Amino acid sequence: MSGSKVASMADAIRDVVRDGDTVAIEGFTHLISFAAGHEIIRQGRRDLTLARLTPDLIYDQMVAAGVARKLVFSWLGNPGVGGLNAIRRRIERAAVAESGQPALELEEYSHHGMVGRYTAGAANLPFYPLRSYFETDLPKANPLIRQVASPYGDGVVYAVPPLRPDVTIVHAQRASAAGDTQVWGLLGCQKEAAFAADRVIVVVEELVSDEVIRADPNRTIIPGLIVDAVVVEPWGAHPSYVQGAYDRDNRFYLDWDPISRDEAATQAWLAEWVLGVSGRGEYMEKLGADRMASLRPSAAAPSGSVDYGEYR
Amino acid sequence: MSDTAVAFTKSEMMIVAAARELAGQRVCFVGVGLPNIAVNLAKRTVAPEMELVYEAGVFGARPARLPLSIGDPTIVTGATAVTSMFELFTFYLQGGLIDVGFLGAAQIDRFGNINTTVIGDYDDPTTRLPGSGGACEIAINARQVFVIMRQSRRSFVDSIDFRTSPGNLGGAVNAAQIRREQGWLGRGPSVVVTDLGIYHFDDDGEMRLDSLHPGATLDEARATIGWDLRLAPSVETTPPPTADELALIRDELDPGGAYTT
Repeated sequence: MSGSKVASMADAIRDVVRDGDTVAIEGFTHLISFAAGHEIIRQGRRDLTLARLTPDLIYDQMVAAGVARKLVFSWLGNPGVGGLNAIRRRIERAAVAESGQPALELEEYSHHGMVGRYTAGAANLPFYPLRSYFETDLPKANPLIRQVASPYGDGVVYAVPPLRPDVTIVHAQRASAAGDTQVWGLLGCQKEAAFAADRVIVVVEELVSDEVIRADPNRTIIPGLIVDAVVVEPWGAHPSYVQGAYDRDNRFYLDWDPISRDEAATQAWLAEWVLGVSGRGEYMEKLGADRMASLRPSAAAPSGSVDYGEYR
Repeated sequence: MSDTAVAFTKSEMMIVAAARELAGQRVCFVGVGLPNIAVNLAKRTVAPEMELVYEAGVFGARPARLPLSIGDPTIVTGATAVTSMFELFTFYLQGGLIDVGFLGAAQIDRFGNINTTVIGDYDDPTTRLPGSGGACEIAINARQVFVIMRQSRRSFVDSIDFRTSPGNLGGAVNAAQIRREQGWLGRGPSVVVTDLGIYHFDDDGEMRLDSLHPGATLDEARATIGWDLRLAPSVETTPPPTADELALIRDELDPGGAYTT
């Protein structure tokens, strides 16, 4: 077992994320590391290319804070609520003209395309083939989506290029100090995004011993082998959620819509909740115990345990 | 029948009509927004055996509450399987296991081609919409596609600004040939349910009004569609929501009125 990789969020972001990097804070609705995104804002990173299937509120906030130059994505919305308004202000004609800010650069795929891009990146392949994009305008909007013929003469498919982020950041239920990381609930494409990346930060609710990891090896999605830093940050995914620990704060997703529609309100929110706090601990203190209690699961639903057996 | 006395909104009628269309379906891929509530209503009424598939990586979901997002923790607890998104899109969808893909749309044309990407020019848009998500590959690989959306001149258009998800392309004959040549698994869109009526697709692959919801008129339907609307030989009236269907929506699925107001 290698040594401890446990670091504070501030140190992990300072050491691992650089200006101009391609950064993927992954997690499909579940396990989105808002804490890492906010620390990137506090440290004033610039010119990042932000990759995520669903940019979600975290990239809306990061774009509003000015850390990003480009977005690589497949679904740009506030699920069940509406649009990502700060990002839209950097894309739509009238708002871009009014703000005088440069338009955000976009590189757009579908979900399967993005998952495939991470998969090709992780597997060291030149492209990923998929049966999508036929007769759509997506290959025109993004010329990196290209048709290829099967080498076996049975038709055509589309190809997407590998995505190899400089940094992938994932939130998880638990990891060991060495970075062996276990997740349950929605798995998204965190495994693929982590293996595709040059550097990996894991943010966890709970630091556990090596014995806990080894008692349930099927649940390990990322080995410490590819992890650079382990940050222990309970509630670090709020307003996203952690299966079994706390619920998605749907109220915040609804509240963000009117805030983000107004540039001044958006900047005021960032000043108060991101730049105005030292880190996640202070953010949660500000959010308050009542709100946190309201997000706890209504009851426990433990898995049955399985017997791996011992073989000597 | 006392049910007919119960007042209902256009959105409630739309959700109920969409749910009823799912009777007899086995495996349904659930899209974000209106499809989510329609499919969850169907699971509690006409299609209790239906397997709910969510692109977040869940097969056989049994949501205990209506999820606001399609990645909610309630779709995980008690599900048959949680998969990576890679497995979901490759083995389940591209592998041909999805009977119905249920989508929403911002713009649709007479052949059921869908735009969820931009209004205006892609590089300099008037309005930026969410984009494909999984919709593009669902439209190609699900065996058939159901659509639920509100009707307006802005949404039912003669020509969509961007083709995110293919429907019957330029017509049925052309679409069938292209699907065959390119090995698509799906046969394309089969029903569009709106706040005014129910549309299926005729032999030319064009949308045809089959049923008007109670209270909706043909004039209203025509006024909110940007092409010369085709009608079934006999346009029916959609049976109104039952008291049970309305109670499920109001008390269980959408007590806050997020989908229905």
